[in-house]
Amino acid sequence: MSYRSLKLAGLSATIVAAALVLTACGGQPAAGGGSTEGAGASGSVVADGSSTVAPLTEAAADFFRDEAPDVNVTVATSGTGGGFAKFCADETDISNASRPIKDEEIALCEEAGIEYTEIVIANDGLSVVVNPENDFAQCLTVEQLNTIWGPDAEGTVTNWNQVDPSFPDLPLALFGAGTDSGTFDYFTDAINGEEGAIRTDYSPSEDDNITVQGVSGDEGAIGFLGLSYVEENPDSMKAVEVDGGAGCVAPTAETVQDGTYSPLGRPLFIYVNNASYADKPQVKSFVDFYVESEAEVAEAALFIGLTEEQKATAQDELATLG
Amino acid sequence: MRSLKDSVATAPTLPLSTGERPRERRLGPMMFLIVLWLSLLVAVVFLLTLIVNIVLEGGSRFGLQLFTEYPASSPDRAGARPAILGSIWVIGVTAVLTIPIGVAAAVHLEEFADKKHWFNRVIELNVQNLAAVPSIVYGLLALAFLTLIGVRDKNIVIGGALALSLLILPVIIIATREAIRAVPSEIRDGSLALGATKWQTTWRQVLPASVPGIATGSILALSRALGEAAPLLLLGALVFVSFDPNGLLSGFTTLPIQIFNWTGRPQEGFHELAAAASILLLGLLLLMNGLAIFIRNRYQKRW
Repeated sequence: MSYRSLKLAGLSATIVAAALVLTACGGQPAAGGGSTEGAGASGSVVADGSSTVAPLTEAAADFFRDEAPDVNVTVATSGTGGGFAKFCADETDISNASRPIKDEEIALCEEAGIEYTEIVIANDGLSVVVNPENDFAQCLTVEQLNTIWGPDAEGTVTNWNQVDPSFPDLPLALFGAGTDSGTFDYFTDAINGEEGAIRTDYSPSEDDNITVQGVSGDEGAIGFLGLSYVEENPDSMKAVEVDGGAGCVAPTAETVQDGTYSPLGRPLFIYVNNASYADKPQVKSFVDFYVESEAEVAEAALFIGLTEEQKATAQDELATLG
Repeated sequence: MRSLKDSVATAPTLPLSTGERPRERRLGPMMFLIVLWLSLLVAVVFLLTLIVNIVLEGGSRFGLQLFTEYPASSPDRAGARPAILGSIWVIGVTAVLTIPIGVAAAVHLEEFADKKHWFNRVIELNVQNLAAVPSIVYGLLALAFLTLIGVRDKNIVIGGALALSLLILPVIIIATREAIRAVPSEIRDGSLALGATKWQTTWRQVLPASVPGIATGSILALSRALGEAAPLLLLGALVFVSFDPNGLLSGFTTLPIQIFNWTGRPQEGFHELAAAASILLLGLLLLMNGLAIFIRNRYQKRW
């Protein structure tokens, strides 16, 4: 009675073993120290941080594979804060960040003796979006946005006509990024004056596509998300012009780059560990390549590239690291 | 006294209601059956909607490219090769880590341990409880353990396998114990009566007889691990890996994480890729569950 069962056990063990051996054979040389400079470089480059910036670093890694196929670039998305925690514990070579490093994070890095260089790698625009049917909210001032999104609005501002008497009697439906995202930090800081300050009776989501769906499905909807989502979903929603005190400005690549789309245009950063850059040739060639091809990278990841001035600054910073 | 009086008073009315009873009996079960069918229908409808949805969305992207290409910045060039290999690696290592330990623990608890001893009863209770712990807690445990032993890079194959092993170990122990318990004691008694030792009886009679049950339980547990993303995300799961995992210390990503990453992208093409990868994952899970059912039906003995 047991013969067949034993055979079965043997068979399943063989299958598992074979699967392991097969995958092991398909592998590449182990990641590790890194070798000669340039196209022949190998080793690993470890990046972590903001999920907003991750698509940029992923695109750079994707293109870099053609240059140096033996370099293993990995990207994780622990969030800007989580990324800095790992970066300052010397666990990563590059930290993706959707905001500049904070004082307490600087202290953390100093304590651990980690020296780093901040590089602006692309520009990002946050857009305020409304339903395509909405024809009255062409331009909103920062004050009006604050009226809608501020913590005080919770439970009281529920209709468009409370934002501006000229707006029709239409209930507001609010959609936006969830608290874990850099988009949330950035929007609350820029509009409500304090990071994290926002009314809580809106539909938050870590997935911006949910915001897209929500806004496209409700005539009175208003939401905020990255500019690239608007460009990718032009039929589902409409971007609102924002008046930051100097007139209405539409969110476009140009207005974000030149800083006129204020306060909702922002730079995105990578932080490079100086020691990694100096000691690991694969990190140096990857970062150099990243900055060099930032335009293609930004295009592929649906962000806005650097101005010539920004790019020159980035390259100067890297040059000082040698 | 009063209740007695009442019951006496109501007693004569009982025969009157007997005429109604059979119909009530038929109506009750019928309603219950309808409710059961409805709840089954809800589950099946949701599953079908999901399957139809992902097949419609991802069908066009489900091709060779998904298996051979690495993640890329453009959906037209991207594939899930590292995620597929990563899943195989992590599940393979998880199986190697968990099945021997799980089976050994179950054999000990069922055949050798003194079930009345308080220590064994505490262990038994704990195993039952651990099977119901949310998966993310095991991710935390693995994270803490790896930090404790000073592992710098935690998103490595062995780290992921460790978290998933912890997750499915209780499930495998429970399944194995059930399988061992299903072996009739006459077999053990017969073996012992013929002069075999306790160990020989367990190794030569009880274990082989319970292999189908163990295999079924293990495959189901592994298929649960295959679909898990939360504990791996906690370990700092990589969302972009451009190389094949090649060892226990290699970085990796798995299919659920790759799907999670692709669904968060603005481009429609990545959503289609995520759906295509979901088809693959669903197919793998169905295959594993099918295998478990096959083994159960083909090899399980009815005593």
